[in-house]
Amino acid sequence: MALEENLSELEVREGVDRETIETVHAMSGKYKHGWETEIEMEFAPKGLNEDIVRLISAKNDEPEWLTEWRLAAYRRWVEMTEPTWAMVDYPEIDYQDIYYYAKPKSMEVKPKSLDEVDPKLLATYAKLGIPLKEQALLAGVEGAEPARPVAVDAVFDSVSVGTTFQAELAKAGVIFCSISEAVREHPELVKKYLGSVVPQSDNFFATLNAAVFSDGSFVYIPEGVKCPMELSTYFRINAENTGQFERTLIVAEKGSYVSYLEGCTAPKRDTNQLHAAVVELVILEDAEIKYSTVQNWFPGDENGKGGIYNFVTKRADCRGDRAKVMWTQVETGSAITWKYPSCILRGNESQGEFYSIAIANNAQQADTGTKMIHLGKNTRSRIVSKGISAGKAQNTYRGQVTMHPKAQNSRNYTQCDSLLIGDQCGAHTVPYIEVKNNSSRVEHEATTSKVDDDQLFYCRSRGMDEEEAVALVVNGFCKEVLQALPMEFAMEAQALVAISLEGSVG
Amino acid sequence: MSRSASKGLWANIMLNIKNLHVKLEDEDKVILRGVDLTVEAGKVHAIMGPNGSGKSTLSYVLSGRDGYEVTDGSAELEGEELLDMDPEERAAAGLFLAFQYPVEIPGVGNMTFLRTALNAQRKARGEEEVSAGDFLKLVREKAASLKIDADMMKRPVNVGFSGGEKKRNEILQMALLEPKMCILDETDSGLDVDAMKLVADGVNALRSEGRGFLVITHYQRLLDHIKPDVVHIMANGRIVLTGGPELALEVEKNGYTDILAGVE
Ligand SMILES: Nc1ncnc2c1ncn2[C@@H]1O[C@H](COP(=O)(O)OP(=O)(O)OP(=O)(O)O)[C@@H](O)[C@H]1O
Ligand SMILES: [Mg+2]
Repeated sequence: MALEENLSELEVREGVDRETIETVHAMSGKYKHGWETEIEMEFAPKGLNEDIVRLISAKNDEPEWLTEWRLAAYRRWVEMTEPTWAMVDYPEIDYQDIYYYAKPKSMEVKPKSLDEVDPKLLATYAKLGIPLKEQALLAGVEGAEPARPVAVDAVFDSVSVGTTFQAELAKAGVIFCSISEAVREHPELVKKYLGSVVPQSDNFFATLNAAVFSDGSFVYIPEGVKCPMELSTYFRINAENTGQFERTLIVAEKGSYVSYLEGCTAPKRDTNQLHAAVVELVILEDAEIKYSTVQNWFPGDENGKGGIYNFVTKRADCRGDRAKVMWTQVETGSAITWKYPSCILRGNESQGEFYSIAIANNAQQADTGTKMIHLGKNTRSRIVSKGISAGKAQNTYRGQVTMHPKAQNSRNYTQCDSLLIGDQCGAHTVPYIEVKNNSSRVEHEATTSKVDDDQLFYCRSRGMDEEEAVALVVNGFCKEVLQALPMEFAMEAQALVAISLEGSVG
Repeated sequence: MSRSASKGLWANIMLNIKNLHVKLEDEDKVILRGVDLTVEAGKVHAIMGPNGSGKSTLSYVLSGRDGYEVTDGSAELEGEELLDMDPEERAAAGLFLAFQYPVEIPGVGNMTFLRTALNAQRKARGEEEVSAGDFLKLVREKAASLKIDADMMKRPVNVGFSGGEKKRNEILQMALLEPKMCILDETDSGLDVDAMKLVADGVNALRSEGRGFLVITHYQRLLDHIKPDVVHIMANGRIVLTGGPELALEVEKNGYTDILAGVE
């Protein structure tokens, strides 16, 4: 009896701690993609040196210029130091303790068609809800709208498993394949554009990627072509202690259009894993690219053990006049997110947009934002960032807007909203604004608020449980960004927002 | 059930509040000082009372809002203790509060909100979710009777709604959720004459054998439309007087001072 009283008194006194513990319990096991595929793998030896770089290049049957390109990057990288300016804190990464190449043994001989792909790999994607059959709809995406086909390139650790709808896309002149295939089949295009947006030595992580990138997607949309379907790449990290270094290159010729989406997941592990990707978009006159990301890498456990270190360089170059790019990202996973999809608005009247939802829960740390570099006249950019922090997470928006002297009459509008759930998390906004001409205008609005108790109570009094209420309110907060996603993925993203916040209250 | 049965032993008790004492959680401020109130199924009870007497607090405590501490007493819905339940459990058990100040939820469509709420309750009761099609039909029908147009259903919950629109929206939620026990907190305030009639019609349409109502109001005008069976006067955190519809008329005519002077 006395013990019971003591316990309940303790519980009352330490209510906050108890809540935290319960949160943690509720949270673990909620990551839906944390399972592992048991499959025989072939690894390159651990660690990084010139031999490994050569080996990766050889595995991909690359021409010599590319091997040399990689080696040049490697030699630069050795001289570089890891950046420390981001508001993220993590133990030093031992770059010699990572596998830089991992490939399922069954992929040793590249399957000629998807029918020949190892059933275990097919089952992996099926379980993730990614259709590798050429069917019309992503599994798990609800909606009464008529289904549109989505072409998928599936990347498993270091290799592309297969790409769907290639034949149909080819009819429209669209090339959609893994980058290693592009190197073999379309070397002239790859040589022309690779590294032209994110130079080899751009930054520490991009340079590392240039040295060791293994696979990723390549898209080429010829002049005047509107890509007949959504394109997507699904990245899966499976092997332990393995880095994923994918490289994506999309070229939109004059007057063309494509909408592209990438999704990412990884198994739950208590060790950290490195992901350092580079994405380059080349957009010529009157062309438009919509690039959407639903990033759901394993975020680590409640104490920050495990999870993906996500260091990504993404950049779009609006090379032609009136070129348009729209980045939309839903960043819910990863232990560390370091990512600033950027727009170089070189062409006159070119436009860049960045819509972002970044959720950091438990011990996650996100430092993400964008750069809008206005070089051409009458260029426009718009930034809408929604940061949600819960648990003990830290969430930073870092954004740069630069109006160069020649970017006459250009405009930027930035709206940056932060939402806090609980009182142990943090939200930070770090804008850099540089205006070097008199005719351009930059507007920046920022808000920070706590999730509103009255709103939650209102929802609950109508029958929703607390998590459902939070999900609903947060989805409302993110609405503008969710609406920017292709319809096929909006539902999925909405559900993901809810799942990532499970356990963040009560 | 005949009218006379309501006063007899046969009446089904819907809501039974006994000796309810409530203070603010963070302050030593006592708001409810022993509320006793019983609402039978099929009956409409009205609560009137001066500003600050504790009417909204009672409705919040019944629906489970944070910030209050129940120091004594109980409140049962059909014999089940409400005060032990989470707000959503109370909702699923059949309790509904039409808020005095409905809350705005930016970015969440009214339709989405309603469907999420309805399905959450159905799920909690082990019932099947309503399909999108059936739901749409249901909402259209109920919205039309409250003269709520389609545009309002697409807009975010209560955002930019006029005062009257917010109140009608509350009644729409009530009509859809079909609760057993409806508490209306000053749903009439801010309504024009026509809207008041719509809301009253909405309430009257829901009146049934199996449903109880607790209508908090300052004005006889609403009670002209929604004829209460019982009228209570709340003052200083207590029900101090209970009577028939004539009590509301007396308040309207003479104000509280005389009435309260009589009981204190
Ligand atoms: N959270 C709170 N903090 C401080 N005081 C509160 C709080 N909630 C209620 N009160 C006080 O409790 C008393 C009762 O308030 P309540 O809103 O229940 O009154 P009411 O009868 O609904 O009044 P009205 O007719 O004006 O709506 C008031 O004095 C009010 O100021
Ligand atoms: Mg009130």
